[in-house]
Amino acid sequence: MTQETTAVSLTACAKTFADGTRALEPLDLEVEGGETVVLLGPSGCGKTTLLRIIAGLESPDRGGRVHFNDEDVTPRPIERRNVGMVFQSYALFPNMTVAGNVAYGLRVRKDPKAKVEARVDEMLAMMHIDDLADRRVDQLSGGQRQRVALARAIAVRPRVLLLDEPLTALDALLRDRLRVEIDSLLRALGITSIYVTHDQAEAMALGDRIVVMSQGRIAQIGTPRDIYHRPANDFVADFVGTVNRLPAAVLAGPDLPPGPEALFRPEDAELVGEGEGHFSARVTSAFFLGDRTRLILDAGGGAAPVVVESTLHDPVATGATVAVRVRPGGFMRLDGAGGRP
Amino acid sequence: MERRDYPKLFVLILPAALVFAAFFILPMARLAVVGGTGEDGLAAYASMVTTPRHFESMVATVLLSVGVTAAALAIATVAGLFLVRNRFPGRETLVSLLTFPLAFPGVVIGFMVILLAGRQGLVGTVTQALGADKLVFAYSMSGLFVGYLYFSIPRVILTIMAAAEKLDPALEEAARSLGASSWRVVRDVILPALKPGLIASGAICFATSMGAFGTAFTLATNIDVLPMTIYTEFTLNANIAGAASLSIILGLVTWAALFIARSLSGSTVAASG
Repeated sequence: MTQETTAVSLTACAKTFADGTRALEPLDLEVEGGETVVLLGPSGCGKTTLLRIIAGLESPDRGGRVHFNDEDVTPRPIERRNVGMVFQSYALFPNMTVAGNVAYGLRVRKDPKAKVEARVDEMLAMMHIDDLADRRVDQLSGGQRQRVALARAIAVRPRVLLLDEPLTALDALLRDRLRVEIDSLLRALGITSIYVTHDQAEAMALGDRIVVMSQGRIAQIGTPRDIYHRPANDFVADFVGTVNRLPAAVLAGPDLPPGPEALFRPEDAELVGEGEGHFSARVTSAFFLGDRTRLILDAGGGAAPVVVESTLHDPVATGATVAVRVRPGGFMRLDGAGGRP
Repeated sequence: MERRDYPKLFVLILPAALVFAAFFILPMARLAVVGGTGEDGLAAYASMVTTPRHFESMVATVLLSVGVTAAALAIATVAGLFLVRNRFPGRETLVSLLTFPLAFPGVVIGFMVILLAGRQGLVGTVTQALGADKLVFAYSMSGLFVGYLYFSIPRVILTIMAAAEKLDPALEEAARSLGASSWRVVRDVILPALKPGLIASGAICFATSMGAFGTAFTLATNIDVLPMTIYTEFTLNANIAGAASLSIILGLVTWAALFIARSLSGSTVAASG
């Protein structure tokens, strides 16, 4: 499917609700045409508010502007923005069949009947739900419902596809399967997509870029690799993946980072022979996970517990003392100013 | 259920069965028999069609009830949706005031209609002060309409509010994202979601308006609604068979309306009254 893609651009978009709550500090965001951007953050960080501003369900505080390509769409309500939306609660119309739901946007546009039917068939086939066309939506499973919701949103050829925690209501297995499908779908369509989630694995898998948000602000924008390996600040380092923090005082050896504290990911640490590590620590608990063992260590000096993953076959006893080395390049540098946001 | 539990079960169900028999089956059966044993025999049941006064009374009552139901549904739907979607100071008080009429008997409502639109009523005074003819409509079908509307609206509003609160806001947002105008959202999303509640409370409105007597009796004795006709046949004309047959027919019509509503909405209509 070839169609002109739409870039989304927000300038100085803030949101203060009627009761005075500040959901969003003024922020700028550029999303390129055809790109998939994931808004990631804990609940209450403002990611859904940001999505709703892009959708046209909320308007930004005075001064904020939303552009689709060069067009200022700020004053336009959602029904005149031509966006597709997918909700956590599926939001399928219970009084219509599956086909009726998918056809709805086309019927609102008064497309000719034959054209509507052809497009609905195409969408149902694309989402592998052709055999459900005449079902009522309350006869569908969660995964099937979300497929219908996706088909309904895409059927109208929206300029931007907005997904608000679409997989959150599904069980883990289904979530993984549908995530893969959504990923290939978005790539095949080449449509500009903005995806809200609090699940970092989803964000990593789907996003061309990830926007990490915290307390109504953007904490970092970057590719999944950037976000994971080069977090801009403490918040991003702690929110995405697991990170260990050790005071410089307990560390010794080569390649130590400057500063009072050293950060590294569990998978960048390995158990080594005595005297070869950056630090030694006492094992407080060990969890055998099959392919690896997760160790919780106490490095002394008042440091927070350290998580390390070992692939050694020999069991490690609780209470034993181990030496730990961080692989070269394993110590993380915070790219931004450093401090907590 | 074990067989030996049956005697215990019988004892438990006995009070309900007695009440049902004493206050429902026996009077209904008696009424049906009385209706058919007058001077005209079973022909009394045909009087609804053969006696013009009875027929007109029936038509007027049905028209009045349909009108009250339609108006109550329209007003209460708009007001109920507004009350669910807007939070403002005094909202709780307003909601509890709106349900106030449920506490009044028909006589009091009739009295209130007279105070509003009677010969000394507010509407008359105001229209006269404005230089127009004194507007008095309390002692007619219009007065009855206002009175019935007054006590029908609360029933519908409560049902609508309960249904509207359960409506997922995302449904409406999804429809809008697909390009639907406000009117289409109402038609395609909100009304279908409210439909069971509208049918249920509409049926209750209709049934209540068909059978209400106190208000009509307070307003005037010459308003030709069916309950008044039954009263007149019974007390003034001593036509007991006629009154009984009309009662049975009134009951059947109302019951049929409730039955149709129940099968349309697929839920328990009476439970929502």
